[in-house]
Amino acid sequence: MLADKDRIFTNLYGRHDWRLAGARARGDWDGTKEILDMGADWIIDEMKRSGLRGRGGAGFPTGLKWSFMPKTESDRPHYLVVNADEGEPGTCKDRDMLRFDPHKLVEGCLIASFAMKAHACYIYIRGEFYNEASNLQVAIDEAYAAGLIGNNACGSGWKFDLYLHRGAGAYICGEETALIESLEGKKGQPRLKPPFPAGVGLYGCPTTVNNVESIAVAPTILRRGASWFSSFGRPNNAGTKVFCISGNVNKPCNVEDAMSIPLKELIEKHCGGVRGGWDNLQAIIPGGASVPVLPKSICDTVLMDFDALRDVKSGLGTAAVMVMDKSVDIVAAIARLSAFYKHESCGQCTPCREGTGWLARVMKRMVKGEATLSEIDMLEQVTYQIEGHTICALGDAAAWPVQGLIRHFRPELERRIRDYRDAKTRDKAAA
Amino acid sequence: MSTRALAKEQPASFAFNADYTAQLNRIIAKYPAGRQASAVIPALDLAQRQEGWVTKPAVEEIAKILGMAPIRVLEVATFYTMFNLSPVGKTHVQVCTSLSCWLRGSNDVVKACKEKLGIGMGEVSADGKFSLAELECSGACVNAPVLQIGDDYIEDVDYASTSKLLDALKRGESVKAGSVTGRDGSAPAGDVITLGENPTPPQKQDFTAAKAAFEKAKAEAAAKAAAPKA
Repeated sequence: MLADKDRIFTNLYGRHDWRLAGARARGDWDGTKEILDMGADWIIDEMKRSGLRGRGGAGFPTGLKWSFMPKTESDRPHYLVVNADEGEPGTCKDRDMLRFDPHKLVEGCLIASFAMKAHACYIYIRGEFYNEASNLQVAIDEAYAAGLIGNNACGSGWKFDLYLHRGAGAYICGEETALIESLEGKKGQPRLKPPFPAGVGLYGCPTTVNNVESIAVAPTILRRGASWFSSFGRPNNAGTKVFCISGNVNKPCNVEDAMSIPLKELIEKHCGGVRGGWDNLQAIIPGGASVPVLPKSICDTVLMDFDALRDVKSGLGTAAVMVMDKSVDIVAAIARLSAFYKHESCGQCTPCREGTGWLARVMKRMVKGEATLSEIDMLEQVTYQIEGHTICALGDAAAWPVQGLIRHFRPELERRIRDYRDAKTRDKAAA
Repeated sequence: MSTRALAKEQPASFAFNADYTAQLNRIIAKYPAGRQASAVIPALDLAQRQEGWVTKPAVEEIAKILGMAPIRVLEVATFYTMFNLSPVGKTHVQVCTSLSCWLRGSNDVVKACKEKLGIGMGEVSADGKFSLAELECSGACVNAPVLQIGDDYIEDVDYASTSKLLDALKRGESVKAGSVTGRDGSAPAGDVITLGENPTPPQKQDFTAAKAAFEKAKAEAAAKAAAPKA
């Protein structure tokens, strides 16, 4: 288990003062000017060497993403946009950073913006996080008052403005181009890429969109050194990570631990185990609603990192672990997710708009077994007609849970269909 | 996708009060000149805070203030589900029923709400005091099930605690945001497993040495690139 001294989010549970004085006592804003004085090239190089991969779900290397921004300023200003529109079912890590460690994010915004030559940064926070937004606004105001950000941030000579923008309840705005659209005052409907935001983003200007966790860990990585961060986890999966473990465990919690920790160890050490013991485990969704479900046989040994979970045809996503014991109706659980994606599809692309509705309707019938055996194959085939045929990844996200269910729980689907058919036949015979 | 439309019955007019006008002006100032449309979501939020819901006159007024076509504002109001397009109760109760909450008994919480308030999902009580709605993932999944009352999250609830809570609200009492079981944020319940000590600042790396190593590597790479191919 990771030692407390190697944890980045030392106030994850809000046990200490989250305001500036408390944050400083934990080491935030310590030597920020020294880091800025090292120069943008060094910062980006150090981030690359740390091996940090984006924490919003896709796992794209953060340092590399920063390096895509134009190297010199032009008449089009650069922007950093922080994605705090957390809403992937199972995921609640950013919330704790926003309310209990907001200064890590504010400091990270300054350093990342400086590295990408951005003088302004917008943090887009989901509208439901009202109290979290209040804390973050207090932290921003404190940083301005202390001269840490503003006209001469930390005495570095860099002008930096940070703004908080509240959303209003749309899961799709977690997609980076939808988020930009929303920030511009429109419906959150994703844009076609290319052009990528680094070329044409917010207000048509070069923009980088990063997840809260990716930005909030940056100051600590730079302070302690890339080699410290990359000493955790397997190669290509470096660092520490905040995991959210929900569902049928004895003690659901958020916890920061090293990447590549075995899934079983994560649950047994931090969450008091699966309800009713490990043998009572049925299945786990390891990375938020959009990644395919895994049966117990895989959960026994799988490691929690990008590559290990990709190898078993699932994903680390946001590292939101949703645990289901044997009492759970697994088909109903996936049907619930299908209903979610139907609700959250933005309606722009036909395969997603129509497909998510179709999936939700068929999944509802599958729960009861009110279907034919051939419809299982049809269902799977339709998911492949949605996947990869839409502007953004919401279509893929809707398809994957259903694919995972069919891959690992087809006998259960077949059993329900047979039982339903047999019951109907019996009813007819009795009548 | 969810299809939503404005309510049939609409008030005659809308105007922001002085406090909200000032707030809106401060919000508009966050965005570059000419980009005031960015303030449309915060403006609709303020209108909803003032009136309880988003009315047609409010949509039109916001369009005027931000220099947008009314249809563009209407589009936003109908797209984002936090905007109530018809009146809600004085206390708006929302239950998260997404997967993590469902796994930990959100069905019981919904049942408690329906019983105590005497209304169904999407309905407003006859006296206008309460309304009930379903919420898609509130983003507090390790504290499931979650209730949202006004702006506050009430966490780790079940049938009994929800019933008790709603009784208190009906008596006109206020309820405390956060976990009803009293645990620290999202920490595991019971004994402290991690982060029990008072945190101390971490050791910083040697920036001078790091800079020197970086410059050396850069120079070597440049020399290698410049060297004639053998």
